[in-house]
Amino acid sequence: MRAQFVLSEIGVGLRRNLTMTFAVIVSVALSLALFGGSLLMSDQVNTMKGYWYDKVNVSVFLCNKSDAESDPNCAKGAVTEDQKKQILADLDEMSVVQDVTYESQDEAYKHYKEQFGDSPLAASLTPDQMQESYRIKLKDPEKYQVIATAFDGRDGVQSVQDQKGILDNLFELLNLMNRAALGVMVLMLVVALLLIVNTVRVSAFSRRRETGIMRLVGASGFYIQAPFIMEAAVAGLIGGGLACVFLVVGRYFTIDHGMALSDKLTLINFVGWDAVLTKLPLILAASVLMPALAAFFALRKYLKV
Amino acid sequence: MIRLDNVTKTYPKQNRPALRDVSLEIEKGEFVFLVGSSGSGKSTFLRLVLREERASHGQVHVLGKDLARLSNWKVPHMRRQLGTVFQDFRLLPNKTVGENVAFAQEVIGKSRGEIRKSVPQVLDLVGLGGKEDRMPGELSGGEQQRVAIARAFVNRPKLLIADEPTGNLDPQTSVGIMKLLDRINRTGTTVIMATHDQNIVDQMRKRVIELEKGRLVRDQARGVYGYQH
Repeated sequence: MRAQFVLSEIGVGLRRNLTMTFAVIVSVALSLALFGGSLLMSDQVNTMKGYWYDKVNVSVFLCNKSDAESDPNCAKGAVTEDQKKQILADLDEMSVVQDVTYESQDEAYKHYKEQFGDSPLAASLTPDQMQESYRIKLKDPEKYQVIATAFDGRDGVQSVQDQKGILDNLFELLNLMNRAALGVMVLMLVVALLLIVNTVRVSAFSRRRETGIMRLVGASGFYIQAPFIMEAAVAGLIGGGLACVFLVVGRYFTIDHGMALSDKLTLINFVGWDAVLTKLPLILAASVLMPALAAFFALRKYLKV
Repeated sequence: MIRLDNVTKTYPKQNRPALRDVSLEIEKGEFVFLVGSSGSGKSTFLRLVLREERASHGQVHVLGKDLARLSNWKVPHMRRQLGTVFQDFRLLPNKTVGENVAFAQEVIGKSRGEIRKSVPQVLDLVGLGGKEDRMPGELSGGEQQRVAIARAFVNRPKLLIADEPTGNLDPQTSVGIMKLLDRINRTGTTVIMATHDQNIVDQMRKRVIELEKGRLVRDQARGVYGYQH
């Protein structure tokens, strides 16, 4: 098969259907940009999970004197030294626990001052009002429930708090957004594929004279179909290229410059360029294969031998 | 070359078969006229030979192959050994004469060198030497049909199928086309020609196969068009 012949056929086909080709390119670009974006989003959630789960603790807060008066969990009075020893011993025995640190009232006060030093509330606070606590690092952050059942409601324990729970709400939200993006992507993709099928059919119809003659002189089915399939693949590839540009520019303007989120949200570890770049071949491959397959199936009925 | 054994073709959703129990044999190098009124089954016969349709019953052998057993992907290969010419020429209007002929070679993957050599050759043969760069629209009907014949013949087919090739041409031009087909036949190519043109059939005195309502009613060597038309 002569490449030049096929290429010139493709050029003619794409130009003949300029508006349709444009629609295909735009819809492929948008759907694949969303696809790449949601891949990056889930990468982002994973890196954040890794980063934060490493830092989160389960905290067992102990009753202090003011809790003893106000909190029903501490009705039996502030925590005693014996109770503290017993809790520590029990924690040490538990297999899920990796590490336990004790935070005294003074330390808690200090940390609080560091974090909220500016607020008027901090000024009125005294170390006495702070709670002693055990900060427990778990081998597996998911095993929080084990600690909660063991210590919730025990004498001297005011509450067991899992910081992971707070983060999980955030991640849940991010995942939800991600799934919504994926849903939109699937819809866009369906639109893109239907457009491709239609474009290819129109293209095949407008060239039925040529294809009829090709059949008569004995061109193989593949030879007749190739220009149409390549046409769809080329349009798809242009769309895929645009999607890649969207992703790179998108990351550049949201994270590095423009919105500059990396400056504003220094606590968050953003996905790197490598994560973006590894998505690009995937997007390009999808942008060529999907339209080509759609075209192939669209033609199967249309151009039979 | 071509053999039909008890061939019946019924199109879907039609009661009356387009061809009914037709058996015949066409030898290599023959020139055969296919005559009959419209709807007699001439086109169906040609479509069966081209494997555009399959027989409902019976067997069609073309070039020694049983077309019922020929798988779809082998059909193009079979068609390369056939040339086809139609009443409406079927040229590509946006390609030059030379490109139209070359198209038949391009699609089967002939090299450019071969194409450059064989296109002027075959255009000379059909009497259009030097008109390579003209567009089909600039040519007369007879010349366009010569281009179509050149395209059908450029790959040196063993069998040339012509479906009313003179149907759109005046009698004088038709004679020229018939001379050309006769010349091609003398090179050893089998020619099957469906036609309504009584004068041509009567002048040429070749084998005549007549169909009527799908039945083979006459098969006559050195025949004439017929008694009723």
